[in-house]
Amino acid sequence: MSRISRRIFLLFGLLTATFAQAQLSIEITGAGASRIPVSIADFAGDPTLSRIVVGTVRADLERSGLFKLVDPAGMMLDENAAIDYPAWKARGADAIAAGSVGRTADGRIEARFRLYDTQKGVALGGAAYVTNSAQLRMAGHRIADFIYEKLTGEPGVFSTRIAYVLKARGQYLLQIADADGQGAATALTSSEPIISPVWSPDGGRLAYVSFEKKKPVIYVHSLATGQRHIVANFKGSNSAPAWSPDGRKLAVVLSKDGNSQLYSVNVDGSGLQRLSQSAGIDTEPRYSPDGAAIYFTSDRGGSPQIYRIDANGGAAQRVTFEGSYNVSPRPSPDGRSLAFIARRDGRFQLAVMDLASRQVQVLTDSTKDESPSFAPNSRMILIATEVGGRGLLSAVSADGRIKQRLSIAAGDVREPAWGPFLK
Amino acid sequence: MKNLLSISLLLAVLVGCSTTPTPEEGGAPVESRSGTDVKSVVAGGLDASGLPRELTDPNSPLSKRSIYFDVDKYEVKGEYQAVVAAHAKYLVANRGFKVLIQGNTDETGSREYNLSLGQKRADAVKRALVLLGAREDQVESVSLGEEKPKNPGHDESAYAENRRADVLYRAPDGRGEF
Repeated sequence: MSRISRRIFLLFGLLTATFAQAQLSIEITGAGASRIPVSIADFAGDPTLSRIVVGTVRADLERSGLFKLVDPAGMMLDENAAIDYPAWKARGADAIAAGSVGRTADGRIEARFRLYDTQKGVALGGAAYVTNSAQLRMAGHRIADFIYEKLTGEPGVFSTRIAYVLKARGQYLLQIADADGQGAATALTSSEPIISPVWSPDGGRLAYVSFEKKKPVIYVHSLATGQRHIVANFKGSNSAPAWSPDGRKLAVVLSKDGNSQLYSVNVDGSGLQRLSQSAGIDTEPRYSPDGAAIYFTSDRGGSPQIYRIDANGGAAQRVTFEGSYNVSPRPSPDGRSLAFIARRDGRFQLAVMDLASRQVQVLTDSTKDESPSFAPNSRMILIATEVGGRGLLSAVSADGRIKQRLSIAAGDVREPAWGPFLK
Repeated sequence: MKNLLSISLLLAVLVGCSTTPTPEEGGAPVESRSGTDVKSVVAGGLDASGLPRELTDPNSPLSKRSIYFDVDKYEVKGEYQAVVAAHAKYLVANRGFKVLIQGNTDETGSREYNLSLGQKRADAVKRALVLLGAREDQVESVSLGEEKPKNPGHDESAYAENRRADVLYRAPDGRGEF
């Protein structure tokens, strides 16, 4: 396998971040074994708007590690231009996208584009996205998703969002950003820790644990309105929320009856039901994508390992056996694999188990990986890790080949959660 | 009456040591070693947080408030039995006092698992206190997980300091450390 390694640094000001100095940088290392050569021509229309849209599309495709961008050599093509297939083929591009960006009569922005297969000499399809200028980059993400899906056969995740906690200047900020880390907005600011954010299946709410009452309490927070309510605030600790796939319930961990144990509760806090019964620690529940089972961490066997129980409770089956510390289970959205954190020789690393074969692969060589979170297409896994004593996020492809790092110079980034597909 | 006596004793000590700035009533005592070789004696009364000095005076066994744990463990080790016993004895003798046990962990591993591990550590200390006569409603156990490290370092000596349960007191009048 020829190993391609390259580094791209992109620096952007965060438009809506609380800290004016917060700078985000993305660093990419590694790439897929075979990258699809694609060219994105300069789009016609308004030059400033086109540059933003095309720049977003190119950066998204490049960052995915699955595409090799072929230089269009300054060629500007709109979506109706005649494509010189042999010329693009000769340049090495298997596909070429062309388009235009302009203003509609009501002052909004319309981005149109079409994608062509240079081998077959046919159009693969196209679309038009109407948006306002604040959402202009989102139009680029949508176009990149379209191209990604046409050329790889899987849905793209460039238009999805991520949540994470930024610790800076003694404050904890729960932030929401585009999947490329840009456009960060702060949903919650607190002087006490915030941990374990998880997205509702509809992408409109987050459940998380906040220490603002000087102890861990579970909240559900509607992002559009900023309204939040307490789901669990019992005696002791309330933590580790996980949404059921239908969005009606949360699996939670409560210590009210003694040990940390699994419970389920309706999103409004009603209908509490105990799910696990053990003498030790049971925590970190996550529903399987079909909602039938819950994966969780337990030390019932003497060391923390991953187990699985029926979503309504019952007997637990052990899932991990190798090593003395396997935690933070996250089933992939396609149900085929399980990401978790394994301790090997004192190092905490991202591992993935193929659920059919039970084969485990360690994907990183880092020492402090935490909190894995699958992209909704199951292709990438976002983790928190540490480099030089500072917390940053890393996205690793499910085969371990592609790695991206996302850091903010102004503080520690931790507790990432990748949101669902936008409906 | 006893309080009045304590305050006058404290004043007597302070008057005898002219280099010591006069603290406000209830302020922390200031130890002075300048000049003559005088051993400072603390005479009871309340400290800054409104707790009896016997809970915070460094010479009192009750000022030892931390119980340390081994990696991934939540058993109270033998070397801390005396500390736990001293606190239990105080709670038995002073039924109006309450304690909050805060469990902590080092930063390695999962935050959520650490939150549960910290809870186990706090629960273990609570259980020991109750076994030695403290009432259930005098002791609350909570976990801070790895979120509030005492030592912000990233090495084993920092981690050892952070694998800990702390005992915080509250007086019957509501004043105290939590």
